[in-house]
This record gives sequence, structure tokens and C-alpha cells, in this order.
Amino acid sequence: MTTPIKRDKPWLMRTYSGHSSAKASNELYRTNLSKGQTGLSVAFDLPTQTGYDSDHPLARGEVGKVGVPIGHIGDMETLFDQIPLGQMNTSMTINATAAWLLSLYVAAAERQGASPAQLQGTTQNDILKEYLSRGTYIFPPQPSVRLITDIIAYTVKNIPKWNPTNICSYHLQEAGATPTQELAYALSTAIAILDAVRDSGQIGAEGFEQVAGRISFFVNAGIRFIEETCKMRAFGEMWDKLTQERYGVQSEDMRRFRYGVQVNSLGLTEAQPENNVQRIVLEMLGVSLSKKARARAIQLPAWNEALGLPRPWDQQWALRMQQVLVFETDLLEYGDIFDGSPVIAAKVKALVDGATEEMARVQEQGGMVQAIESGYVKRQLVTSHTERMRAIEHGSLKIIGLNCYTETEQSPLTGGVDSGIMKVDPRAEREQIERLNAFRAQRNNAEVKAALANLAETARSGANIMPASILCAHAGVTTGEWSQTLRDIFGEYRAPTGIDIPANDDSRGAKAISIRTEVIKTGEELGRPLRLLIGKPGLDGHSNGAEQIAVKGRDVGFEIVYEGIRLTPEQIAKAALEEGVHLIGLSVLSGSHVEMVEDVFNQLSQAGLKNLPVVIGGIIPESDAKLLKERGISAVYTPKDIDMNGIMVDILNLIRKAHDLQPVTVA
Amino acid sequence: MIPALPDPMVLASAVSTRDRLALAQALNLLDDRRPAARQCAAAFLDALPVEKLDAGGHLIGITGPPGAGKSSLTAALIQVWRRRGLKVAILAVDPSSPISGGALLGDRLRMHASGADREVFIRSLACRGEFGGLSAEVWPMSLAMLAAFDIVLVETVGVGQKEIDVSKMTDTTCFVAQPASGDSIQFLKAGIMEIPHVIVVNKEDIGMAARKTLSELKTTLGRRTDADGWHAPALSASAALGSGIDALADALDSHRHWLLERGQFAARRQRCQAEWLVKHLREEFGRYGINRLGGENTLFAELASAPRRSPIAAYEDLRSRVIPNIQ
Repeated sequence: MTTPIKRDKPWLMRTYSGHSSAKASNELYRTNLSKGQTGLSVAFDLPTQTGYDSDHPLARGEVGKVGVPIGHIGDMETLFDQIPLGQMNTSMTINATAAWLLSLYVAAAERQGASPAQLQGTTQNDILKEYLSRGTYIFPPQPSVRLITDIIAYTVKNIPKWNPTNICSYHLQEAGATPTQELAYALSTAIAILDAVRDSGQIGAEGFEQVAGRISFFVNAGIRFIEETCKMRAFGEMWDKLTQERYGVQSEDMRRFRYGVQVNSLGLTEAQPENNVQRIVLEMLGVSLSKKARARAIQLPAWNEALGLPRPWDQQWALRMQQVLVFETDLLEYGDIFDGSPVIAAKVKALVDGATEEMARVQEQGGMVQAIESGYVKRQLVTSHTERMRAIEHGSLKIIGLNCYTETEQSPLTGGVDSGIMKVDPRAEREQIERLNAFRAQRNNAEVKAALANLAETARSGANIMPASILCAHAGVTTGEWSQTLRDIFGEYRAPTGIDIPANDDSRGAKAISIRTEVIKTGEELGRPLRLLIGKPGLDGHSNGAEQIAVKGRDVGFEIVYEGIRLTPEQIAKAALEEGVHLIGLSVLSGSHVEMVEDVFNQLSQAGLKNLPVVIGGIIPESDAKLLKERGISAVYTPKDIDMNGIMVDILNLIRKAHDLQPVTVA
Repeated sequence: MIPALPDPMVLASAVSTRDRLALAQALNLLDDRRPAARQCAAAFLDALPVEKLDAGGHLIGITGPPGAGKSSLTAALIQVWRRRGLKVAILAVDPSSPISGGALLGDRLRMHASGADREVFIRSLACRGEFGGLSAEVWPMSLAMLAAFDIVLVETVGVGQKEIDVSKMTDTTCFVAQPASGDSIQFLKAGIMEIPHVIVVNKEDIGMAARKTLSELKTTLGRRTDADGWHAPALSASAALGSGIDALADALDSHRHWLLERGQFAARRQRCQAEWLVKHLREEFGRYGINRLGGENTLFAELASAPRRSPIAAYEDLRSRVIPNIQ
């Protein structure tokens, strides 16, 4: 008889999922749980994240695409049908409307008979990073910080096992942040939020330990998994010190750095996508090897994310990767295997020192909110991402299958057009709107009106927003109504784009100069400098691609008009006309490209700009690319198109073609 | 096919009825450097309704140091003007990259409040490294916009003492001062910077620093007036809170009224054109060119009494006098 080996408890295993409708997502969740998933991670669609009902004009094409649409308590109840919320651990990726979705969750749990005190889970609720990456903010920074604060204060008192905010460095890495920047900006965000909670007066000094203890983080893990291990150890050290020194947190337990992870999607490739499997596994090591700095919850992307929406089988594969590591390997049998390593200690120290310096720069500017408002942080991220893109283009950053070892056999996994991704049923949007209308028809409108009036009053008075929001949830208020009430009071915001960065060395290189010469020459032939409009239609806030094209375009001599995220097709057509541009570049990553292109073309034709060439970039499956070209799109670019100079020449020639000029070649 | 040139008469009449596509085409034409396009542009400007060019609308310049909040103030002003039923056109001048000649034209973003309103028209312009931070196209484009809109606002990025160059080519100039930054006050005190017609301290929401800057400005301005006898008011406002914007719009308008009451309005427009012509000449030929035409004072005197013509035709004329036999 051997004594059973003592193993650590496995972390929570989740899969970020949700699509089409509450009912379809509920079925998916129950299947996932039956496969051994131990928690849920809800992906909401963009209208829900940005506070619009499914029938709002801005929601067109976006309903049920990147997540589940939740418009009211009925949807929330359906989403968790037969899933006992008193026992579940649910993570919700929700930010600007976090207070609302948490209210719906609480109300749905109450209807199941569970009390708020029983609930466990996480609301992402880090609106500050939305201004830097991801882009699902609604309100200006100050009211956003207030909403974050209200959720923290409310949950610490009423839902003590809830993680009210998941401060995210994840999205910063996706936007190009280096490990040092991730550390610095996430911790600076934590300072902004903890200061706000402290200054709000909602929590007394005695409760503040509890607040610090409930702050958790959502972190990214890239392929350089040794450095990532060190980054996580650095996070632990810095958080311990920060909570102790700045906030006087006594209990070691309350100073522990707790975090969940989704590993890196930025490095996943569309080219030879099967290689993403080993990337994902290696990235998981960075957040699990060091026991001291191990994640509390892990969710892995699917291997085919860069191609489109993953299918249930793809998500199952991702879950099985975790299960193999947890249950088959001996990882959980040991203490920390890095303690005492001078190599690791030196790397951790370098990261801590670098991050401390950058944090000081942020504090000098008045803190994270000010550094975001001024555009400083965004510019730093755009600069880092530009460097990364450049390194890939030059081949100094090797990515297998993308910029080296590109020869490949036909993959059986992706054989045939699109047989490697999931397609959302195009009827989903219409059906969701029908359900919304039915819900509106059966609710008590007087009760809804009163609940909204109470919400408005609360928002103005500065009292905690949560109780009024929970009342709204029970009364049958919709996501759009809750958000509009606050929009009217808090106002809306547009974040700095960060693209106003200095030109890098590439723009002085021979290739850039040759392209620039041709751009200028064509401008002279056509009478005036060439202008491009870079437009992001729809609700999608993933702006890396648009930003990179804008910066590159400027560096090869185009005049670039870029207005940031979330434009309506009408606004895009209006800008194209007023600015007299020669070509429009659209960027859509939410899967709503077909609808968006159709709407943009309609608007252009109404504006009298039918013949303006339009190109598009995004996560666009091959069959859609074909369709878009049939509808008049001049070129489609996807993540495998990394040759930025090539894209610029392409765009130049499209402009030439539109004016019956011969194409040019650039050596 | 190289873009065909429009019929200047047809285009001018469409622009004056505020046809948006026509105005866009007209601005493209005014940007077009090809000789045939220049001729067409001159004919187009000549065909615009004279009364609008001489006395119509209100041409406003807004300038100030980077970060002072010009664009957000412009956005707030647009809302006020729209509430008053006025139709607004904006020319936003952004700097070009000195390296690539390319440019990021980002001001639309900060004025986004205008959304899909068809009575607001925004054209961005890269300064293309010329005209001291302004763009040579600003004046002709302003004229095209004045033919169609009630308010034409030129927003320029201010660089040190050149901040105020735009004031020579507008009816009314508004300078946006940055709270807690003494630069503009120093320039004013030293007399390096010309006095704008309205000074506004933005960001009054930050409190003390803004109040202090305002009071310093008021002291500096004292009872001084500009060459025409106008005393510039100093105000404070907050684009973020929307406070003080109505008063700012009123102050701008009262300068227009003041010019009209004193019968100086048309003369000022003519002076603007003269300033543009001289600046353009200096840009192209330096002091040599100005001296060929008898020096600055003679030239301004000549231009003040010259019959009105399109700036492009007038410039070509002057140019051909600087270099005899020029085409």
C-alpha cells in the first residue's frame, strides 16, 4: 500500500463562452459542466457590454455574435436555468454595464431561492482598461470609477464571496504591452480604484482590509513562459508591498495576489492554426508552474480563435489541455520549484524595478485616470505594439508558420472552406428582438418607470448604484433602459486613440521612402495628397489593427483620418465625404463584417460616393471574404497579412485603379 | 481617369445651396495643385455669391497651445450654435509629420459630438509644413464654406508666438489659454503675440489654477485695445461641464456685431485676403518677392483699394508681377 500523494487543489477551470441566445448558451454551459469544467465564464455580446437593447440601431449585426445577449431578467434566468447559482462560481466579463449585469445575476439568484451572501464569482468591472484596449466603455472616467467603487462597496458588505473587480492586465498585453507595462498599468489601476473606494467613505477603515482582500486580477500569459512566471512572481511581491505600505493592510492573507488567467490570443496565428495548441499549453505553464504565483482560475482560448468563433469541440479541447496538466502530470505535488533560483530572482527584480519606475511616471501625472485621459498610456501601448509588429515583419520575432517555416501540408483540421469554425445562426438576432418585445409587452410599465426614476435619482445623488439597479432588474428594466438612464446623467466618452506617436526607424528605411515617393507621385497625378479614412463601424472596440494601419499609413505619406472606435456606417460615410478621402479602410473583429459592409455601402451610395474604394481588415473567414468582394470590397486583410508595407502598396494601387492609373511596383 | 474638373459655375451654385457633396468637391478642388485645377478653382471662387463673401456668416479662428482643449471647446461651441439654429462648418488644421509628410487628422474624433448632424461639416487639413502652422488652403476653403454655412470655424494648433497667425485671416479670433501655464501671458505681456479678440481659459472645472490664470490675463489685458479699438474680453469656460460656452459664443458674436456696427466688416474680410496674399508671396518668394512689389506697406495699400477678386486669381496676378513672363 502506498500512501496517497498529497496534491494541491486544482484551480478553477473555465471556458470563456456564450453566443446566440440565453437558451443556446445555457445548453452549452450545462454541457461544459458535465465535461468537468468547474466554473462558468460568461461572454456577453457587444450590445449587452455597451448598454444597448438588441433592437437598437447600433446593435445591428452584433446581437449574439461575440457572446450571449442579456437584455433583462428573463434572459438571465434562462441563461442559468437548471444551474444552481448558490453553488456555482461564475465569472462575468462585463465592465461598463457590470453593475447592471451583477444586479440581474443577484435578482435571478434570488428568484432561484439563493441569497446574495451565497453567491461566488467575479465581475470584471475594470472600466479603466477599456479606454486602453477592448473599448467597451460608455461613460467618462470619473463616473466609471464611481460605478466600480459602488460595486466593490456593495459586494464587500452583501456578497462577501464575490470578486467585485478583476483588474486586467490581460487586455493590455493584447494591446501590445510588455511585461513591465502590464505590471505598472495594472497596479496603477488598482491604486486608482482603491484610492477611490477609500475616498468614497462607503467603507470604514476596518472594512478596508476586506476590500483589499477582494481585489483580484485578470492576467495574460504569453509564450515567453519563463518571463511570464517571473512576471507573476513580481505581481505577488509588488501587490503585497503596495497593500501593506499604501493601504496599511495587516493580514498577509488579504495582501495575497489573487488572479485568473486567459492565456494570450495576440500570438495565436491564422496561419497553420494547429500550432496554436502547443502555444496555448506553453502559455499555461507560465501561470501554473510556480506554486507561489499560481493562477486561481484558468481559461484557455481555442486553437482556432484567429479564424473565427470556436465550436464546442474546440472549446472542449482547450478544457482537456488543463485537465491533462492538472490530473495527469505531477505539477500539483510539489511546493514552489523556483524558490531559491538566482536566475528567477534576478529576472523578477528587473521586472519589479522597471514597473516601479513606470508607476512613478504615472503617479507624477496625477495617477492612472489622468494618464489615460491625456493619452499617455495609450501612446505607450501603441508604441509597444508597433515595435512588436515591426519585429514580426522583420523576422526578428519568430512566429512559426507566420514569418518562418511557412511551408505546410494541407491541414485536415481546416480542410474545406470554413469547416473549422462556428457560425452564429443569422436568425439569432431577429429571434432575440422578438423575445425582447414579448418581454416588454408583459411587464408592468409603471413599475419599470418608477424603478428607472429611482435609478436616476440615485445616480444624481451619489448613493450606491447597486440597490436601485437590483430593483430595476426585478421590475423588468432592460439593459438599454438602465444604460440610457445613466448615459443621460453621466454623459458619454471618447477615449484618446494613442496613434499620435513619433515615427519609428522603419519610416526612415529604404522601403518606406520608396513607398512614400510613390504615394506623393500619385497624389501629384491626382492633384492633391492622398487621404485614407480608417473606420471602425459597430460596437467592437478591438482597435489594434486600425491603429497600426493608421500609424503605418502616416509613415508612408498618406493623410489619415481616424476617429476611433464605435462609429455608425452613417458617420463613416459622412466623414468620407467631408474629408474628401481617396479610400476607406474598415476594421471589424466582432464577426459582424457582412452587415457592417452592407450598411456602409448603402450610406456611401446615399452620400454620392458609390465609387470610393473600400478595403476591410479583421477576423474574416474565407467564404465571407469572397462574399464581401462580390459586394464591392476591394481587398480583405486578415491576421495572416503581416507585411504592412505590402498592404500600403496594395492600397496605393487600389486608389490608382479607381482612377484608371496603371499599378506601380515598389522595390 | 484623373478626376475630371467640375463646371465652376454649377459647383458654386450648388455650394451656395449647401449641397454637401458639392462642398466636398469644392474643397477637393481648392486643394488641387494642378494648373488647370487652379484656374477652375479661381473661376469657382469668383462665381460664389459676393454678399456672402463680403458680409455673410462669421469666420472664427480658434487657437491656443496643444492640450488647452481647443477641440473639446469647439465641440461644445458646435452644440450651442446648433441649438441657436446656426449651421456650422469647421476647418481643423493638424500638423504633418516632418519625416513622412503624412499626417494623422484626429480632430474629428474630439469633435465627435456632432455625430451624424448634416448641418455640421468638418474638413481636416494637414498644415503640410507650411504657412507657419496654418495651411495655405485655409483662406480659399473658408470662403467656400462661408458661402454655405452661418459659422465657419478654423481650428489651428498653436505653437508659441505663432499661435495667433490665424487671427489675420478670420473675422474674430479666440485664444484658448491653458490654466496654470504662463506662456501665453508672457507672450501677451511682451507684445510678441498679437491680442486675440476673445480669450478663454478652458477647464474652469479644475478650479483655483484656472481662476488664477483668468485673473492674470485680465490684468495683462487691462484696458488695452487692438488697432481697431476693440477691447478683448477674457472669459472662463469648461468644455467638460459645458459651462461658460454660451457666454463664449455671445462674446464671439459681439465682436462680429461690433465690426458690423462700425462698418468695418467687409474691410476686415478684404484685409484678411490681403494678409493671405502677402503671406503666400512671402512663403514662395521671401522678402525679395515683397520688395519686387514695392514693399509690404505699398502692397497692403494697393490691396486695400483693389477691386475684389478670387484669392487665387489675385495671387496668380501678383505672382506674375514678381516673376515676369511667368505662366
